[in-house]
Amino acid sequence: MKLTHLQKEMLDGKHGYATQKSMEILNALGEIFDAEEMVPVTSVQIAGVSYANLEEPGLDWLAQMAKDGRVRVLTTLNPAGMDLENWKVLGIDSEFAKNQERVVDAFAKMGIITTCTCTPYLVGNLPHFGEHIAWAESSAVCFANSVIGAKTNREGGPSALAAALTGYTPEYGYHLDQNRQAQIGFTVKSSISGTAQFGTLGKAIGDILDSNTEWTIPYITGIPRANTDELKAFCASIATYGGNALFHMEGLTPNKTKIPKETITITEEDLEKAEGALNEEDAAIDFVSIGCPHASLQEIQYIAKLVEGKQVKKETWITTARPTKQVADRMGYTQTIEAAGIKFACDTCCVVAPIKGRFTGLCTDSAKGCYYGRGRNKFQTKHCSLEECIEEALMQ
Amino acid sequence: MTKKFEGRKISPGSVDGEALVTSQGISFYGGVDPKTGVVVEKDHELEGQSVTGKVLVFPSGKGSTVGSYVLYQLAKTGKGPVAIINKQTETIVAVGCIISEIPAVDKIPIDQIKTGQQLRVDATNGVVEFI
Repeated sequence: MKLTHLQKEMLDGKHGYATQKSMEILNALGEIFDAEEMVPVTSVQIAGVSYANLEEPGLDWLAQMAKDGRVRVLTTLNPAGMDLENWKVLGIDSEFAKNQERVVDAFAKMGIITTCTCTPYLVGNLPHFGEHIAWAESSAVCFANSVIGAKTNREGGPSALAAALTGYTPEYGYHLDQNRQAQIGFTVKSSISGTAQFGTLGKAIGDILDSNTEWTIPYITGIPRANTDELKAFCASIATYGGNALFHMEGLTPNKTKIPKETITITEEDLEKAEGALNEEDAAIDFVSIGCPHASLQEIQYIAKLVEGKQVKKETWITTARPTKQVADRMGYTQTIEAAGIKFACDTCCVVAPIKGRFTGLCTDSAKGCYYGRGRNKFQTKHCSLEECIEEALMQ
Repeated sequence: MTKKFEGRKISPGSVDGEALVTSQGISFYGGVDPKTGVVVEKDHELEGQSVTGKVLVFPSGKGSTVGSYVLYQLAKTGKGPVAIINKQTETIVAVGCIISEIPAVDKIPIDQIKTGQQLRVDATNGVVEFI
């Protein structure tokens, strides 16, 4: 690694403890991945916020870093383990709440904007094409690289924080154009629409990528159109099932790439198989959750229309970013949705909240939500469209 | 003549200790009990053994990035390994060792090290020596 004068000073401790530790992390990662130098970053998204994952040791380390660490670039935060304002109504115990607040306070002290969302690009952390950034949160990484055309590796919590506190990341992997070329083609022979179907497609392609070590970057054709909500769902799913950080979609994504010679066809049957794997037969649904990744204004507007004047019979949550809900408040969507018995859970999500044991069966439009619902929380899962999720919630 | 290997510094520091060797990857999150330092991953070669106070020798890390914090917790409570030697260190172990100040070296032919051997790990210079 070739370090500049300033970077060497950081490494030698001339800019304080947290900056030194950060540069040690970045320098070691640069050595491991054969980077030649650091690249300046202008945006950071930090994951590893839920106290359920961090526990005391993680919090202890963050508190150490917060003593003299201050961010040098725009930095936002992933969801926490609870709604920071409305946690009591959502059944979070006060001991957990106290500890979660300590975590968020440590981040805030470092100058991190505590957005607590997995969709930073919807609430003010929106990089532009070609910008070097350091993001954690697999779904947002995939969105930033693929849909926006910014450049980031899949960072973990500490490496993203290190980038925020120094303003640098080692230049390797997806920061280099030669590593952003498509390696395998996929042609989709089915008409895909809605967040659930895009999630299923993400699983179908993700599973193939996951079982093959040669290809990591797909070039996808056969999708004539997709809105941002559908791409958000697709990114979350292909990142979850395929560990994917970058894809190209013909006519929809902005990155230049060579077109691979070899192409795999995704048929109707492939999608049915992927869909089948997301569903348990006779799942006993007692929990409906929408907003993985966090629900957009458009999704909330649509849900308000679907539930107006009706009453849900099952515990139903919408997880979203607080700024998104604040606009929904103004528009009256929140009132309509809450009058129907649905709860908003801001700042958090069903992947990181401590909800294991509280429910038996999860119904969601999110393919990613199914993965963590099963693995982490041992729920049975039902994966269906947003409209069907609402129908399920309304049924006895 | 003392046998020694030259590798690459991951996390600085130097220490002497007894080797605990496995040919399998280690996931610190879920695979090692953060309170006791005992390997709990089912069917792992080291299942039931403690990493505490050992020079832990394994090919590479695996699993969740939360594993870095588990290493930190082990080190804080004195239950951690005194040093780590890898064939190829990845992000989770590298970050974990740096934040916990556990000396770590990689690019070492770990199949030439056996459990119970006494090692001197000079991670700052990337050197591992039998003593």
